[in-house]
Amino acid sequence: MIWKTLEYSGWGRALKVTGELARPERRGDLLALPPAPAFGLRRSYGDAVTNGGGRAIDMTRLDRLIAFDPATGLLEAEAGVRIGDLAALFAPMGWLPAVMPGTGFATIGGCIAQDVHGKNHHNAGSFAQHVTRLTLLMRGELVEVAAGTPLFRATAGGLGQTGVIVSASLQMVPCKGAAMMVTERRAENWDEHLAMLDNSTATYTVGWIDGTAKGEALGRGIVEEAESSTGLVKDHIPVATVPMNAPHFALSAPIVRAFNEVYYRRVPARGRTSVKPVGAFFFPLDKILEWNRLYGRRGFHQFQCVVPLASAPALREMLEEIAGSGLCSPLAVLKRMGPGRAGYMSFPMEGYTLAIDFPNRDAARALIRRLAGRAVEAGGRLYFAKDSLAEGTAMRAMYPELSEWRDEVRKADPDGNLITDLVRRLGLRSAA
Amino acid sequence: MMDTTWIILGATSAMARATARALAAQGAGLLLAGRDTNELALIAADCRLRGARMAEAVAFDARDPATFAPLLARASGEEGELNAAVFTGSMPPQAEIDTNPALIGGMLADNFTGPAEFLHLLAPMLEARGGGTIVGVGSVAGDRGRLGNYAYGASKAAFHTYLSGLGNRLARAGAHVVTVKPGFVDTAMTWGLPGMFLVAPPEAVARAILKAARKRRNVIYAPSFWRWIMLIIRMVPEPIFKKLKI
Repeated sequence: MIWKTLEYSGWGRALKVTGELARPERRGDLLALPPAPAFGLRRSYGDAVTNGGGRAIDMTRLDRLIAFDPATGLLEAEAGVRIGDLAALFAPMGWLPAVMPGTGFATIGGCIAQDVHGKNHHNAGSFAQHVTRLTLLMRGELVEVAAGTPLFRATAGGLGQTGVIVSASLQMVPCKGAAMMVTERRAENWDEHLAMLDNSTATYTVGWIDGTAKGEALGRGIVEEAESSTGLVKDHIPVATVPMNAPHFALSAPIVRAFNEVYYRRVPARGRTSVKPVGAFFFPLDKILEWNRLYGRRGFHQFQCVVPLASAPALREMLEEIAGSGLCSPLAVLKRMGPGRAGYMSFPMEGYTLAIDFPNRDAARALIRRLAGRAVEAGGRLYFAKDSLAEGTAMRAMYPELSEWRDEVRKADPDGNLITDLVRRLGLRSAA
Repeated sequence: MMDTTWIILGATSAMARATARALAAQGAGLLLAGRDTNELALIAADCRLRGARMAEAVAFDARDPATFAPLLARASGEEGELNAAVFTGSMPPQAEIDTNPALIGGMLADNFTGPAEFLHLLAPMLEARGGGTIVGVGSVAGDRGRLGNYAYGASKAAFHTYLSGLGNRLARAGAHVVTVKPGFVDTAMTWGLPGMFLVAPPEAVARAILKAARKRRNVIYAPSFWRWIMLIIRMVPEPIFKKLKI
């Protein structure tokens, strides 16, 4: 059968919908389908990857490498290819995707549609800045889209609204080998944490933040800096699968506080340097399959915002509110971003980005809404790949190039066949 | 693996693609045979980039024996160990067959007569080279005629019996035949069908296939627990089986 009816969701599992999915196995199968929004492995957390009550296309089987030039590092591949597979395959040959998000299970198509960033955003920019061209299935036709054109800028970070991304050419970057030299240092508080991120000269820099630490220790965490390296390391392969939904107390406040304390102390006070597999540095959580089940049946939300550099004090206040709430999970990340972005609707702006997971509870949803309000006041922006709760008016105001995006989307998909639940909820395509 | 060549019949199927990729990672040469040559060209390029010594798309149609000779000729040009894996197959819904029994002929060509005729032409090449492996993908449906798909099951049962005899013949020349009986696999054939359970990813079946070929197993179920499910299904006495709708 072409269409399979099933219940599905984004990675956060908080918003579950029922809809019909097609999963083309061949290029010809895709071209024969009626227009519908497409997605990959659904690693976006919220409803950017759902179309409840409607149809959608699962692109994961269209995952072929098409061409690679070992002289230049230019790779052409289909949208369903996973970033982690690219890293595992090409790192031993001396090439890495220029930008890699926090999970290797993200697909090329998804990385373009959300214009994702990685631990090197401060110097490499966003994912789609390294896409030289892409092939789009637009109004039933395959269309070549060159980087820099208005259609490209509407497609990069464009939430799949200009067409189905079929394939893309990625400019990869040279690396020394399949290993990473990683230096971890404790940051004892907020000011030290920000200073370490500001002063880092490493290619890859990211901070893990203890969202439960208060008072003097507020903002403490571990700053990881890494460079590509040679060396013999084990393959980074999953070691376990979370077999079922965890009970709701699995990530309750005392457990998270205890976990974070151990996680923080595991790095010695003087810091440490180690050599890790590429995957272990970029995709640490991929070691545990289906870890989203740890948040139980009700799922979870991730809050991620970016605020301008000058708004760091506002971000500190947000963290105070989070620490005081007792709702935070161990998964919290602080990073300094550069200005790089490829599309009208791309998330990045120069500043600091904070990402924190919360279990899906009334109190957490209320907290996330208050945090979103603070992000707006700080001149910041929320990330479509993570959002499932934001309010349309505020969200639309965070994206100043919305009208340019709308102009292209209106031409590319005049009948609104590609609208997803997120686009509908936030009114992104409605004329303001 | 650098001097081995695999002919993959029905190479656009999900199980075949997973197997071809695993073989590519080992550096094997691949002749990817099927009807959709545009798609095969995409798969061939992918296999080359993933490590295949050689990967080519070759036109092949189980229902058109005229396509067999060119593929055999191409394969004979490859030196070293020659192997084949048969993934061709089709499964029209039993209800469609009930209204149009003429569908049985084509299905039989896809699942049994086409591959058998091709393998019969290939067998002397393996005998002459004194080795090689043939993997034939059948189905658990071939183990017993069930109400829901007995025409399909019959074609697979015929293929199983053929592979058993071919294995007997080729063993005398040092070549080997593996019969693979997959259960429910997450492919286009099972997508959206009701009543699916314990659905295995194609990559898991591919791993089982290559392990079976390496260990020279005769018959495997994939995943292996299907051996026990089918043991029970085969043991149900016919008078009781006739009352079951499984």
